[in-house]
Amino acid sequence: MKYNFKAPCSKKKLRAIRDFIGKNLKKHNLDDIEINMIVLAVDEVCANLIIHSHDCDPNESLELNMNVDAKHEGVTFEIIDRGEGFNILKYKEPSLDDIVRNKKKGGLGLMLVKRIMDHIEFKSSPRKNICKLYKKFENH
Amino acid sequence: MIDISNKTEEDFLILTLGGEVDASSSIHLDKALGKAIEQNHKKILVDCNNLNYISSAGLGVFMSYIEDFQSQNINLVLFGLSDKVKNVFEILGLDQLLKISKNLEEAKSLC
Repeated sequence: MKYNFKAPCSKKKLRAIRDFIGKNLKKHNLDDIEINMIVLAVDEVCANLIIHSHDCDPNESLELNMNVDAKHEGVTFEIIDRGEGFNILKYKEPSLDDIVRNKKKGGLGLMLVKRIMDHIEFKSSPRKNICKLYKKFENH
Repeated sequence: MIDISNKTEEDFLILTLGGEVDASSSIHLDKALGKAIEQNHKKILVDCNNLNYISSAGLGVFMSYIEDFQSQNINLVLFGLSDKVKNVFEILGLDQLLKISKNLEEAKSLC
C-alpha cells in the first residue's frame, strides 16, 4: 500500500506530516506506541532536513513516500529533497553526557532515528537526495 | 501546537503541558522552564496528562537544563505521561536522567 505526501520546508508543517503518517499506519493494525515511534523517526528526519538543509524556506519542499509491504511485515519511507545532501549515516552521535554537559538542545533526533528504524539508507545525486528508512512491524 | 499553563501549590510550581512539543513548538517549553528557573522555583512538577506527543526537540529542552537543576538544587519531576510519550523518553534512556512519576502525589513526594 503506497501513500505520498508533499510539504513545504516549514517547521509548522511537521504536524501535517505526522498526521499523514499516523493516519495511514492506523489502517494497518499497529498499536499506539509502535505508530508513535515510527511517526517520531520520520518527524526527526524531516525536521532535520527542513531546519539544516533548507533553512526553513517554505518555497522549498520535501516529498514523502510511504510503502507498507504487501504482507504487512513493515513499512518503508523515502524522504526526498533537493537541498544540500545530509547523510544521516555519516552523522557522528554525541554522547548523552556531552549533551548534558554542554547544555545542548540538539543531537538527540538522529539518535532516536537510529534506535527506532531497522534499516537506514542515504542516496545523493546532483538532482535529489533520498533518505530511505525501513521499520519491521513488531508482530511479524 | 503546545499549551503551557502554570500554577503554584504550596511550594511547588506546576507546569501543565498540553498538545504536541516538536521542533516548531519546543521554544515555548524552553521559555517556560527558563522562566521557572529564573524565578528561583526549586520544586517544579511538569503535568504531562494532556501531552500527546514529544520529539527530540522537547527532550532536548529538558536535557539542556539538567546541569542547572543539579547546580541550583532544583527538583523537576514529570508526571502523568501516556505510555507512548513515556516510551520516547525510554528509547534513549532519558528516563534514567530525569525524574518521572505516575501522578501528582507521587511527583510531590519525589521532590
